[in-house]
Amino acid sequence: MGGALVSGLCLIELDGAAPADASLRALTLARSIGDVSAVVFASAAPQEALASYGVTDVYLIEPGSLEGYAPQAWARTLAGLATETGATAVLAAGTDRGNEVLAHLGAITGLPMAANCTLVSPDGGQTHRLVRHRWAGLLLEDAVMEAPVAMFTVATDSVANVSAALPSGGTPPGPPVPSAIQVHVHKPELAEADLVVRAAESPAGAGGASLATARVVVGGGRGVGGPDGFAPLEELAGLLGGVVGVSRVVTSEGWRPHKQQVGQTGTKITPELYLACGISGAIQHIAGCAGAKHIIAINTDPGAPILAHADFAVIGDLHQVIPALIQALRAR
Amino acid sequence: MEILVCIKRVPTVGGKIAVTPDGQEVDTRASGFSISPHEECAVEEAVQITERDGGSVSVLTLGPEAAIEQLRGALALGAHRAVLLETDGREFGPIATATAIAAEVRTHPYDLVLLGNEAADTGDYQVGVRLAHELGWPVATGIKNLSVSSGGVVARREYRGVEEAYSLPLPAVVTVKEGINLPRYPSLPGRLRAKRAPVDRSSPAFAAEGLRKQALRVPESSHHQAEVLGEGVDAVPGLVRVLEEWGVLS
Repeated sequence: MGGALVSGLCLIELDGAAPADASLRALTLARSIGDVSAVVFASAAPQEALASYGVTDVYLIEPGSLEGYAPQAWARTLAGLATETGATAVLAAGTDRGNEVLAHLGAITGLPMAANCTLVSPDGGQTHRLVRHRWAGLLLEDAVMEAPVAMFTVATDSVANVSAALPSGGTPPGPPVPSAIQVHVHKPELAEADLVVRAAESPAGAGGASLATARVVVGGGRGVGGPDGFAPLEELAGLLGGVVGVSRVVTSEGWRPHKQQVGQTGTKITPELYLACGISGAIQHIAGCAGAKHIIAINTDPGAPILAHADFAVIGDLHQVIPALIQALRAR
Repeated sequence: MEILVCIKRVPTVGGKIAVTPDGQEVDTRASGFSISPHEECAVEEAVQITERDGGSVSVLTLGPEAAIEQLRGALALGAHRAVLLETDGREFGPIATATAIAAEVRTHPYDLVLLGNEAADTGDYQVGVRLAHELGWPVATGIKNLSVSSGGVVARREYRGVEEAYSLPLPAVVTVKEGINLPRYPSLPGRLRAKRAPVDRSSPAFAAEGLRKQALRVPESSHHQAEVLGEGVDAVPGLVRVLEEWGVLS
């Protein structure tokens, strides 16, 4: 890597009081391009966790200055901090919020913003070379960004979460020293217009295990045959401690609700096991299930595209194979 | 309510995605084109709103002349008017796209502009937000539920198990996600009407941006072929063994 290192700002989303996994992945990428300070909108910053990812400075925006989530106000705050600190890069995780806030930041500053990057390297002056997702990661784009401040989000399903305390090889350094982190309480300058759009939060209605975080997902596609065919899949998912996910055909036909869709326009899943039943494997579906550790396909068609993405396959009718599998699991 | 819906013509990719030899485009020799999925839902949402509350739906695309096919598709779903911002085939970046759309928005008394949360192909996640800034309008993104009240809209989405509700005064920009509704199939009268409908055209200027595509490529990994465990129920014992080995069965 040549040229001067970057001094940047990384927006940190919180999961309770801790940094969200997606933000830690963004910090992991950030560490490879230079010195990056964290920006946290909360009453307190998770100092120890951030320090262990190599962060030495945190800018804390307390609820007294800005309460709750207001995307344009968050972006205005980042813009002000970037000017104040002379940052040459601003990044966030490629989440709903990360992409939204950085889009506002791009609009406020009139600068480009690259969504869902997997690699960013400074290339001297105002140039960065980057690799980013297109088609939800089914294609990669090699791109060049020319901008006084590089703005981008990180494709968190393609960038690992690696703490700075665990370098690859060599002797691991001692535990991070939390006192090494400096917290700067920052009061943003906001206009009234920045606060027009803000989230009013209430608990979501959906109960049950979440598709996005399930350890096992049993997928059903067109091969299930209709809205009444999902009971065996539900039963199998229950036996495996998992949940049912479906392909886009299934939700477009109205057989199952959209929140069960695995795919580019649905949920991206990362289970230990994805059992794809009667799913041909359209690209749009692969974009949602490629993050599974293991994939097994049950399909009548040995030429189905899903087989090119699966570890194992059973060639057969799911209406026979699934009941037999349920029986075998119950007999154990 | 006067609503503008922005749609994009994207390749219909089936089981495989490939790049042209020069690395600049998705190879579409074996595929057709369609409306980006989130935007199909944006069209449906707009049509439902005007069916309930009156008003009209205009549909806009920025793209080559061939994108008229997608405009007619939206007209067949119930949109009333179509606008083509014709390009010379070059890929407009998100800044130039937002600028071109803003120019059209200013020519008509729109109350609401709907877009998809992100285009299926480029996945830039920003045209709606940039458009709103250009117009000085409020914007909400990634919306899965929209209700119209007097003088405003309430837009809802989910974030980490929490429902977020955004109240926006009109005029406003809202980007939606698939799942907000179930788009209808075009009716035969709808298709006939769409065929005859005039399309307004203009040709916005191309402007290069600070983010420039060099090449597209298919990521290496994950192109291994599955090992077949067997056929039908005879494969079940082998399947159970694999699950045991992976530690999936507790």
